[in-house]
Amino acid sequence: MSERHTPSPGSGPADEFGRDAVRLDEGHIEGTGGLPDRFENPGLPPHVARKADLDEKAAKRAEKQVVGLFTLSILATLGFIVAYFAFDPRQQVFVPFIGRMSASNLTLGLGMGLSLLGIGLGAVHWAKTLMPDEESVEMRHPMRSEDEAREGVAATFLNGAEASQLTRRPLLKAAAGTALGLFAVPPLLQVAGSLGPLPHDELSHTFWDGEKEGENKYAFTKPRLVRDPENTPIKATDVTIGSVYHVLPAGLLDLEHGVLEEKAKAAVLLIRLNPGDFADNELGRKALDWSHEGIVAYSKICTHVGCPVGLYEQTTHHLLCPCHQSTFDVTQDCKVIFGPAKRALPQLKITVDDEGYLIAEQPFKEAVGPSFWERG
Amino acid sequence: MTTHTSYPQSADALRASDRTARPGATAGQRKLGGVAGWVDDRTGAGKGVGYLMKKVFPDHWSFMLGEVAMYSMIICLLTGVFLTFWFVPSLGHTVYDGSYAPLKGVGMSEAYASTLNISFDIRGGLLIRQIHHWAALMFVVSLSVHMMRVFFTGAFRKPRELNWVIGSVLALLAAVEGFAGYSLPDDLLSGTGIRAMNGFMQSAPVIGSYLTYAVFGGAFPGEAIIPRLYSAHVLLIPAILIGLFTAHIVLVAVQKHTQFPGPGRTNDNVVGYPVMPVYAAKAGGFFFIVFGILALMGALFQINAIWAYGPYDPSPVTAGSQPDWYMWFTDGALRLLPGWLEFETFGFTWSMNIFPGSLLLLPLVYVLLAIYPFVEAWATGDKREHHLLDRPRNNPTRTAIGAAAIAAYTVLALACTNDIIAIKLHMSINDITIALRILLFVLPPIVFWVTKRICLALQAYDRDTVLHGRESGRLVRTAEGRFFEAHEPLDEYTRWKLVQQEIPQPLELESGVDANGVRSPKGKHAALRSRLSNFYYRDRVDAVTPSELEAAHHDGHGHEAIEPHDAPASVGTSAHATEDDMRS
Ligand code: HEM
Ligand code: FES
Repeated sequence: MSERHTPSPGSGPADEFGRDAVRLDEGHIEGTGGLPDRFENPGLPPHVARKADLDEKAAKRAEKQVVGLFTLSILATLGFIVAYFAFDPRQQVFVPFIGRMSASNLTLGLGMGLSLLGIGLGAVHWAKTLMPDEESVEMRHPMRSEDEAREGVAATFLNGAEASQLTRRPLLKAAAGTALGLFAVPPLLQVAGSLGPLPHDELSHTFWDGEKEGENKYAFTKPRLVRDPENTPIKATDVTIGSVYHVLPAGLLDLEHGVLEEKAKAAVLLIRLNPGDFADNELGRKALDWSHEGIVAYSKICTHVGCPVGLYEQTTHHLLCPCHQSTFDVTQDCKVIFGPAKRALPQLKITVDDEGYLIAEQPFKEAVGPSFWERG
Repeated sequence: MTTHTSYPQSADALRASDRTARPGATAGQRKLGGVAGWVDDRTGAGKGVGYLMKKVFPDHWSFMLGEVAMYSMIICLLTGVFLTFWFVPSLGHTVYDGSYAPLKGVGMSEAYASTLNISFDIRGGLLIRQIHHWAALMFVVSLSVHMMRVFFTGAFRKPRELNWVIGSVLALLAAVEGFAGYSLPDDLLSGTGIRAMNGFMQSAPVIGSYLTYAVFGGAFPGEAIIPRLYSAHVLLIPAILIGLFTAHIVLVAVQKHTQFPGPGRTNDNVVGYPVMPVYAAKAGGFFFIVFGILALMGALFQINAIWAYGPYDPSPVTAGSQPDWYMWFTDGALRLLPGWLEFETFGFTWSMNIFPGSLLLLPLVYVLLAIYPFVEAWATGDKREHHLLDRPRNNPTRTAIGAAAIAAYTVLALACTNDIIAIKLHMSINDITIALRILLFVLPPIVFWVTKRICLALQAYDRDTVLHGRESGRLVRTAEGRFFEAHEPLDEYTRWKLVQQEIPQPLELESGVDANGVRSPKGKHAALRSRLSNFYYRDRVDAVTPSELEAAHHDGHGHEAIEPHDAPASVGTSAHATEDDMRS
């Protein structure tokens, strides 16, 4: 009959290893007779031999399978080499169920894949059929070092502090600590300070504002609206009801540098509505007022995190941002009617010049694009 | 193995000496000579290598998940180095003149042009690119599932908390590394991702605009971001990944792998295969298998066809843009946060509709992950080392917490696909978004409750199996003519797995009231701790004890007659009610 294990709380391994562990280095353990509190670990089950352990024929068969897999790998490697030279990367083939694809990519990948798989499957099959399958047992020891060793380490450090006189000289300690605390400042300042320029007023202004003359001072010139990417001006009479144009300020596409940076702020959508379509409220009236006979221009940069707003539903006059589905109502000055954006798309007030081309009557009156702390 | 005995032994007997991993002298034993001897003469490496080769690793399919992660990472490193030979990390302008006809003559960045070259003009280049991307996805998937395995089996408990923290950092870095890599080709899709990242940073209170100007080296998009992401992607993050990963593996070797409970397995041994030859062949072979599968995926399945999107430009629209799946949850959170959370004070804008989902959520999720072991250990007051894994059912509260967390994560990730769901199911995107907002708060508690009940029911089922044996499929007729199914008693090896667990007790509330009847701050601490401990262990189903089994045998095949010996009555009955339900 098995004996009853009395847990010895708070002592050595029994504490480390769990409630039913007992110390075997403290002499005998008295059982109480009767049934134990818990079941006892029955130990490893008997080993069951595999076919290949008992039967040389089965072992031979396993060997053949492993050799077969390694041979497959060798052949696939040769196939890769042939395919590398045989196929031009541009050549296409049709593969059932998958479609047209590059013949070179297909054959190279198959060659490489099978060459690797042959080795891998061969090794694993070998291990499973022919290598010993009896489990062995290794003992664990508590992770912590012996008390003696721990005390030794503590003593070494204390002695070190003592010997360096750190403990006796507080001024030295303070100076060394401060110096060490500060030494990271120069490299950090260098990297943080030099990564990029300061934004100044750039986020609040766009190419529509005109030439920069100073902080928050721009020479506004009523630029024409041009098509993107054709770079051609737009006659108001060409914009029929229901059409949508991707628009930029004239001159932007002719820049030597910074086209993308300017585009990222200045892109505009031009839409023509029936003047009767605008909502009969303050928002609708303002939008119509800033329009040219129902042609409205709105910033295309989503006020959420800046994706280009680009889906226009003609029946509802809703603009939808493809990134997180913020929805803006064009008849109500592009106010947000659904989604994570908070602010309406800023409107660009437009009119026509003497030749009938659309121009901006004033720059954007607020910062376009995603929110930022000081946008005001 | 020469010291082989094939009869069962008690675990205590095992502890004494026999069947330890000590391969005896084999026929092929030779002295270390040649190069190995030369090296050992100069380094003494023989001792360590010999020790490592004999190390025992327990075997279980779920222990391969970490291996898959490790191998995928190595494959990313290998294929990534190849890609650097042809990839040009520059936003300098160029006009495409390669062999992909639809883009001939189009202006684009050198980064995009060189990725097109890798895909169309360099022999095998597309294969390496596709293996690299598939390996990256495999890396994050396997690492996540590996993490779940560790969580649900309690492998993070002492002494492995440190390795869990390292693992959490690895998981975070893997996602960041993947995002950086995904952004490098500068195609329209990934450029839109960078645009969103720019918006995220800009939303940070106070420092937002300075932050974006620093990271982008000026106005978005600028010319700095791709070179910077490149240096992060090929140098900075891989260096940290390799360092942490090495520490992770060394700790596994030093602490020895955990094992599932089973006959012969105790908290102070490891039962498994020695490295030489079995584990080496299996693990080494497995590397080739993972690599081989990734190569086949690279051959057969197209991934990230950047040529179809065109070069990045801030104004054209990309419909249905989505990041790689491991970033879905942050993007999903952005879709669920309602716009009215943004407000202004004194002319300054608080983008609470963006900032929490974009900048806070990612680190927050990983911090919560990293501190979990410490919360659980504190709540349960458990300071022992644990080398035997929990079966998930035997720790119902932990398992339920994990399931609820996965549920919340899944809702956020699904939110990232709300437009696709809307199209596929012909539903309004507004309805789906509102439904997901509600689900985010409602689903996790439901999942928690259901998971916990399932675990308790499974434990009760285990009890039942131990007490009444396993269904034999054999019908027996009683003298009165009634039929019942004969149950076979379990053999002791099978039984052990079902009775070995220790189900902890809730901590007693230490009196937090001092002599004058005043509650001390320490008392509040203790009260919180006791409440947490109760939350974990109040509902319990205890393992069958020998005397219960004895009693059940006397009792025949009827219902269990014994009261749970130390479970609080109220909950004990609920657990046993489930048990009755299962039997009726
Ligand atoms: C260890 C984890 C890594 C992950 C998760 C990862 C992930 C990615 C991903 C998702 C891409 C986009 C691939 C595409 O175009 O579809 C990428 C591109 C790239 N990666 Fe990695 N990568 C890793 C390591 C590395 C390393 C160590 C290097 C170099 C030493 C590297 C070099 C590159 C290069 C040059 C590209 C751009 C070429 C291209 O996109 O075709 N990667 N990476
Ligand atoms: S960027 Fe437009 S909704 Fe997010």
